[in-house]
Amino acid sequence: MRRTGLILLVGAAVVAAGILLASLRVNPYFYFAGYVILQYIVIATAWNILGGYAGYVNFGTPAFFALGAYTAVFLIQSMRAPLPVLILAGGLVSALLGLGIGYLTLRLRGVFFSIATLALSIVLQTMIVNWEFVGGSRGLSVIRPSGPPFGNYVTFLFTVMVLLAVVSVVTARFIERSWIGRGLAALRDNEEAAECMGVPTLRLKLFATTISGFLLGIAGAPFPYYVTFVDPNSAFSLDYAVNALAMPMIGGTTSWVGPVIGAVLLGTAQQLATVTISSEMNLFIVGVVLVAFVVLAPEGILGLVRRLRRR
Amino acid sequence: MPPALLEVNRLTKRFGGFMALHEVTIHVKAGERFGLIGPNGSGKTTLINCVSGSLPADGGRIVFDGRDITGLAAHRRTRLGLVRSFQIPKPFSSMTVLENLDIPLEYAAHERSDAADADAMEILRAIGLESKAHLRPAGLTQIEMRKLELARAMAARPKLLISDEAMAGLSHAEVDDILAILFGLSERGITIIMIEHIMRAVMRFSERIVVLDAGELIAEGTPDEIVRNPAVEKAYLGE
Repeated sequence: MRRTGLILLVGAAVVAAGILLASLRVNPYFYFAGYVILQYIVIATAWNILGGYAGYVNFGTPAFFALGAYTAVFLIQSMRAPLPVLILAGGLVSALLGLGIGYLTLRLRGVFFSIATLALSIVLQTMIVNWEFVGGSRGLSVIRPSGPPFGNYVTFLFTVMVLLAVVSVVTARFIERSWIGRGLAALRDNEEAAECMGVPTLRLKLFATTISGFLLGIAGAPFPYYVTFVDPNSAFSLDYAVNALAMPMIGGTTSWVGPVIGAVLLGTAQQLATVTISSEMNLFIVGVVLVAFVVLAPEGILGLVRRLRRR
Repeated sequence: MPPALLEVNRLTKRFGGFMALHEVTIHVKAGERFGLIGPNGSGKTTLINCVSGSLPADGGRIVFDGRDITGLAAHRRTRLGLVRSFQIPKPFSSMTVLENLDIPLEYAAHERSDAADADAMEILRAIGLESKAHLRPAGLTQIEMRKLELARAMAARPKLLISDEAMAGLSHAEVDDILAILFGLSERGITIIMIEHIMRAVMRFSERIVVLDAGELIAEGTPDEIVRNPAVEKAYLGE
């Protein structure tokens, strides 16, 4: 109990630090870049709850992220709903999609599940492309509301993302350390044995897909206000699918720290490459680093550290 | 006569056009040591999968401890005390031996996680695995793996333990080792269904044996009766 209090305290401190950072008057680019890295902390953490803890590899991250973003677009277009409502609604709609995907695990396991999630992303993108109200294939300009609670809108969004990142990481840590996390680990190791040892595998899988979907949705909900122009190609970008998988793999999938490390390292590297070399270098870097890790350190940086300590 | 702990009534299972089990009826009494034998492909493991809930049955009823469990999910059956072990050990490979036992202690026996470790250690001591408690399953030998499989099933606090070929591929001495463990469990009041190909072990262990062949029950009786049964001889050796 005391540790839980401590974690909440640390989380609050991080949010406070975020607000403090947002009030510094540095180059606005840093907030743009920081936002992307924080967004990837949320995405990688969310992916890891299903992919790392439960062992169900989701290639359809863009579907959940974009569903959050387009739920926000819909609510902005139809009623100019405030940001907290957008985030909550984006999370809930994506959670619902997660629940649906969860029922797929009844019949699909391993690589077949992954293929289904990839297909889901394509189906959803096609639907959005044909939905004029949210911009269709041309996309849609979104006007930010005037007068954020503090600072300018970019620094405000940056702070919001700090909060969302803290919420995701604390949630993931809680799941990992609880009976839920132990049950997920059991079903990841062997689903049939877990079920026969009393683990309600279906219920736990549904929980994991729903929570993972929710967090991916809240990562996507502020996206329209961040980019101010949403089109299917950017919202359903392959970057999300690749990064969501690569970041936890590089950091280490068995602990909540892994995705955070991966997101910070890879996210920063990508941002640096974008400004110094070219924006096309992003996925190239991810690809090379991912291949290197899969071959040399399949348990990620955490596994590497553990191995060095044991020596 | 005391009511049966497990009643399998006219259980039927089909895989497409193949009849894996045809109206199999088995009653196992509380405290009994029960043997289930049959040639390869006779439906033993299918029967166990249906009873434990890993496979849905296509017909028939299963009653455990006075309760109809036919449509119940496998984890719910485990929680009621109907526990199985696997023919090919299926340990939780990312966890230590001790943590492997914590899963059923927490999920099936509903013990608090801080109390589970002590109880897990006690089970490991009883089964002779305490020195391996902090190893991963990958570091275990064949017999230790079988023992872990049994220890983990024990941790679910079974009323009925179904042991699916716990001795296949073990040496003579190792078979005796596992047999001693199962006899010990039986003395503590746990009903045991043993599925085994090693006749020496089943004949010594079981009070009553049923024989499956091609998905049908062909014989039932004491070990002596089974050995003398011509139908059983025919099923195993042919005409």
